[in-house]
Amino acid sequence: MKKAQNLVAIVSMLVLVCCGALLLNQKVSAAGEGKITGNVKFEGAAPHMRGIDMSKDPYCVKATSANPAHMETTLVGSSGGLENVVLYIDGWSGDATVEKNVPIFDQKNCMYVPHVLPLDVNQTFKVTTSDNTAHNIHPLPNPMVNVGWNQSQPPGAPPIEKSWKNPEAIRVQCNIHPWMQGWFVVVKGPYAVSDSSGNYTINNVPPGSYTVKAWHEPDQTQTQKVTVSAGQAATASFSFK
Amino acid sequence: MRTGLQKWMLAVGAAAFFMLPLTSRAQLTTLDIASRDNMQSHVAGHTGHVDDGKDDYHRYCEGCHGDMGDGNGEVAQWLQPPMWPKPRNFQLGVFKCRSTPTGTLPTDDDLFDAITRGFDRSAMPIWSVFTKYQLANLVAYVKHFSPRFVSEKPGTPITIPPEPEVTPERIKNGREVFNRVQCWKCHGVQGMANGPSASTLQDDLGFPIAPFNFTDGTRPKCGDTDQDIYRIFMTGLDGTPMPSFADNIKPDEAWDLVFYLRTLMKQPSKAKEIAKTLNLKPVNPNP
Repeated sequence: MKKAQNLVAIVSMLVLVCCGALLLNQKVSAAGEGKITGNVKFEGAAPHMRGIDMSKDPYCVKATSANPAHMETTLVGSSGGLENVVLYIDGWSGDATVEKNVPIFDQKNCMYVPHVLPLDVNQTFKVTTSDNTAHNIHPLPNPMVNVGWNQSQPPGAPPIEKSWKNPEAIRVQCNIHPWMQGWFVVVKGPYAVSDSSGNYTINNVPPGSYTVKAWHEPDQTQTQKVTVSAGQAATASFSFK
Repeated sequence: MRTGLQKWMLAVGAAAFFMLPLTSRAQLTTLDIASRDNMQSHVAGHTGHVDDGKDDYHRYCEGCHGDMGDGNGEVAQWLQPPMWPKPRNFQLGVFKCRSTPTGTLPTDDDLFDAITRGFDRSAMPIWSVFTKYQLANLVAYVKHFSPRFVSEKPGTPITIPPEPEVTPERIKNGREVFNRVQCWKCHGVQGMANGPSASTLQDDLGFPIAPFNFTDGTRPKCGDTDQDIYRIFMTGLDGTPMPSFADNIKPDEAWDLVFYLRTLMKQPSKAKEIAKTLNLKPVNPNP
């Protein structure tokens, strides 16, 4: 009888301790997440981004008459910052929590906005059109990695909701307007994309040692090792040529 | 001291090593392909098996589609797009003619139909020499090249409502649909494959490709029945610039578009007769 009581007491104590530890642990990780921040620079003179001849489609010519469109393959800000670099954690082994927000990939003035859309694996995104001309949205993944598709979006078409199953930098194009080229950069785990000054911040990174990977189109990558401490910001800056 | 032969072997080895990255374009190995040799097809009342399709494939298909199904057979180099499309790379599991939505695998029936139909304006003939049993085995053989047929199921075929009676109103409405979803961007207002975007079209592998010309009497690549034409624009032809319009054309309107397309085509049809009697002509949306 006494033995049984002892056993129950021990087991319940254990359960309590475990639950407590779990709860505490959760709290610590939620409050203690750090971030990785930094700047991406372009070394040397910024390459000339040539203008785009949209004469194929009078709508596009008119839409860009005030603000002529140019290529967006290497966008360098006034301070030498490189835009549209995707930064993420190489070999992310953390939780498979998929980003909940649904980013929008818009077709506006016969260009893609944004030019580069970073995504978590299985994160839903929306393809929309603001244009009064027909587009076809045609991502070109490696068929061995992700499954491609090709859908039309005439004026007023409803948004298309999609996601990607595997990490890959996927080029997307419009066959009707061949200058329209953009990227879905699918990665695993937290990510960021550099702004027009080349600055970025990857939020919600649990403490630990990581390799930060920086991707720039079409297939340039760089890595850097960082250590993130609880609630602190680690820095990793990159420079592309 | 190295002998002359050893030096040679080293040099060749080093050269081969550095050439590797040039040749290693997403290619499957024989071993990987062989791992799927239990692939089956279920079509035309038969169950097709890889082993039973092997001999026919190597005898009739390999010349263009290649030993490994990668579309790099001996003949492939002589096929120059857009006049002669390159042979399909079966390893990628991407197919033009499907009854299933864009981004999904075709059904066994779709592959069976593709072989028996042949592809107009390409080197792919109509394979009327095969029995249904042989064809079922060939379908299994084609499927076994791609890992997609293991990891995914074919898409659900789109529903095609019964064909309504063609009327002048339907043809006129079809013309509106043609202009609304802007088929003319590639196919041209008259359907003569001379739209503003026609000249720059490329397929997924970067080869030039021409839009379908409705007016020259050729057959659409994925079949020339009314149902086939309905299917073509509602599923899209994967691997080509032709997108799916399933989200933007309602099933009833889709039939109207089929009737209007018939009026552009050279082949005789009831729709064409009506259009001729009533003088229904294409309307240029960009006056």
